Amino acid sequence: MSFESLKRDSDKRWLDLISGTKPWIRVSSTMCCGTSLESEAIVSEIVNYIEKNKILINIDTVGCHGICYAGPIIDILYKGQPRIFWGNVTQENVVKILDSYIKKGEILTDNLLGSLGDKAIEGIKKIDDLPGMSFQNRIALRNSGNIAFNDIFQYIANGGFEGLHKAVTKMSSDEVISEVKNSGLRGRGGAAFPTGLKWSFMSNSKGVKYILCNCEEGDPGAFNDKGILESDPYTLIEGMAIAGYATKSTNGYVFIRHGHDGPIDRTKEAINQAYENGLLGKNIFGSDFSFDIEVSLTGDSYVAGEETALMESVEGKSARPRSRPPFPAAYGVWGKPSTINNVKSLSYISEIIRNGSEWFKSIGTESSSGTAIVCLSGDILNPGMYEVEMGISIKDVVEKIGGGIPDGRKLKMLQTGGPLGGVLGPDSLKIKIDFDEMAKAGAILGSGGIIIIDDRTCAVDLTKSLVAFCQYESCGKCFPCRLGMTHLLEIVEKISKGKGNLNDLDLMNKIGKNMQAGSLCGHGQLGYNPISSALKHFQKDFESCMSGNCPTGSCNERQIVFPENTRPSSWQTIKGN
Amino acid sequence: MKNINNEHILNILENQDHTTVTMLSSLLSVQDDIGYLPKNAINVIADFMNVTTNDVWGVASYYLNFRFEPPGKHIVEICWGPSCHVSGASVLQSLVLEKFKLKNQGDTSDGKFTLKFNTCLGACPQAPMVSINHKLSGKMNSSKLLKILDQLK
Repeated sequence: MSFESLKRDSDKRWLDLISGTKPWIRVSSTMCCGTSLESEAIVSEIVNYIEKNKILINIDTVGCHGICYAGPIIDILYKGQPRIFWGNVTQENVVKILDSYIKKGEILTDNLLGSLGDKAIEGIKKIDDLPGMSFQNRIALRNSGNIAFNDIFQYIANGGFEGLHKAVTKMSSDEVISEVKNSGLRGRGGAAFPTGLKWSFMSNSKGVKYILCNCEEGDPGAFNDKGILESDPYTLIEGMAIAGYATKSTNGYVFIRHGHDGPIDRTKEAINQAYENGLLGKNIFGSDFSFDIEVSLTGDSYVAGEETALMESVEGKSARPRSRPPFPAAYGVWGKPSTINNVKSLSYISEIIRNGSEWFKSIGTESSSGTAIVCLSGDILNPGMYEVEMGISIKDVVEKIGGGIPDGRKLKMLQTGGPLGGVLGPDSLKIKIDFDEMAKAGAILGSGGIIIIDDRTCAVDLTKSLVAFCQYESCGKCFPCRLGMTHLLEIVEKISKGKGNLNDLDLMNKIGKNMQAGSLCGHGQLGYNPISSALKHFQKDFESCMSGNCPTGSCNERQIVFPENTRPSSWQTIKGN
Repeated sequence: MKNINNEHILNILENQDHTTVTMLSSLLSVQDDIGYLPKNAINVIADFMNVTTNDVWGVASYYLNFRFEPPGKHIVEICWGPSCHVSGASVLQSLVLEKFKLKNQGDTSDGKFTLKFNTCLGACPQAPMVSINHKLSGKMNSSKLLKILDQLK
């Protein structure tokens, strides 16, 4: 089928859905609210209702609206009315909501979130005015919560695969690369390297070449990669295919941690649908461009998210980093030229090609164009996943979007960029979310996770949990990291137990410097960061703890039990235990 | 008890749901099917992949999700990542450790439970998170968790 007729077909189906002759119910269900908050049970409750009442209803499971505080969310589009949303829906009240609205046209106000559409309904808020919704500009998440995760026609009806079609039929590979370069898109995995430039490094050699998409996402506090794959896996697939066309690659791997079934199953299904419709595979759109994508699973290893360790894992080996050079663009997975991009980076590509690089460049700041997908968790009123324009201050993100700290408590710390990103103090609120501004202020945006911590937590307590994480996840390849992280953890634990002295701070500094100089990958190089950043802002907490007076008491109250890092050549053998 | 002879393992390897077959994909398939890696699986995988048993052991001992003994009847995972930590994960840890009479993650002596501490279950907005038999449960607290555990037969 030609793309034009595929598009016509999709548009027809979409128009039928949004016509409102039959109620269209969308239930948001992802890892967060899907399984943990029972929205799967809500779906089966609705299906039972439909069968019992023999009503014609369209029901779809959609992805994440981002406002996790309101999950699970359902909405109904019916009879020319705007979409009506209800939040914190349960198995018990869902039928009542449906029954009142569909049979009597009554909008139950319990759990009502608001409406979405041009037409306003008197007395009902617009959903865009809800906390967290108003500041968003959703590009990578444009379809999240709006289309079914398992219906490629809904994606196509909303502009899907137009970018790939434009690239393959109207542009040369070099033109696609210059368009992405001109857009100013920088990698969203943490390193912020310009995506177009990275693509241009790919060797021009003929033969098998790979696009690797990194969704290892082991950072606690970051869930946006998994969120995209669960909400709209098609945007990633399209982005990967465009990356494949631009770099003249032949194959793609989506790399996900085993056990995250939602993202894995949904991505696999989306890939299958793309093949069925000729959007992947041989001679896409009748051109000589062919591209295959598959899902590759890794085991439990945080370091597997490092680009060369990722390639080892795809090859089925232990996820330990390789030394560079050679760089992936010349010698990557299976020894073939490879480019690695994060899920978020690739999810912007289709819209950049479809709307042009100037459009993308006009969003955000000069040095960081586009949006950032921030994930708020911890001590925050409105935890969630929000796509905001670059340049917004952390203060606005925490206070206006996140709703601030609950229970009248005070902000004490922010943990950004994953455990290796370290800790920030309240003075960091003025920093703007922008790669360069954050780097200048000594902060890392990383993959977008921001954990908010109030004044009940001692900085030593938090540092201990971060260091324990880094120790547990050291792959064991380089001894400065393997031994250094263990030594650092022992010292922080000692301080947390009310022992230790100022000499320990010097010792930690020395260990940290050795790790930075002697480790092969970022895990060891940045492994001291949680401690150095905490000391920069909260040395007083360390000093109080050393004298047995934890300033908040959390060091004593929260006795974390760390599991043991049992990787071979790891610490327990060295310690002689 | 499932049949875990070499033929059964070979059958799993030949029918694995991974497009690119590797040592890691083979190990994951066996554990997904049987629940752990029996000793003979390492040898069968080595033959199947045409590598040494040492190569396979290296990979199997590296990834911390692999286990070499049958798991308990129910698998209880508690997340201790920073988001869950500040939301009270350590309280849940102590509660379950005491209930299961364990000092750290591991299996209860009656074989009923396997307790795992996970670094990130991936649903941080609903912290603290636990996972019971691979089903996530968010906004966990002691009484809710005890109720869930008591319902497991």
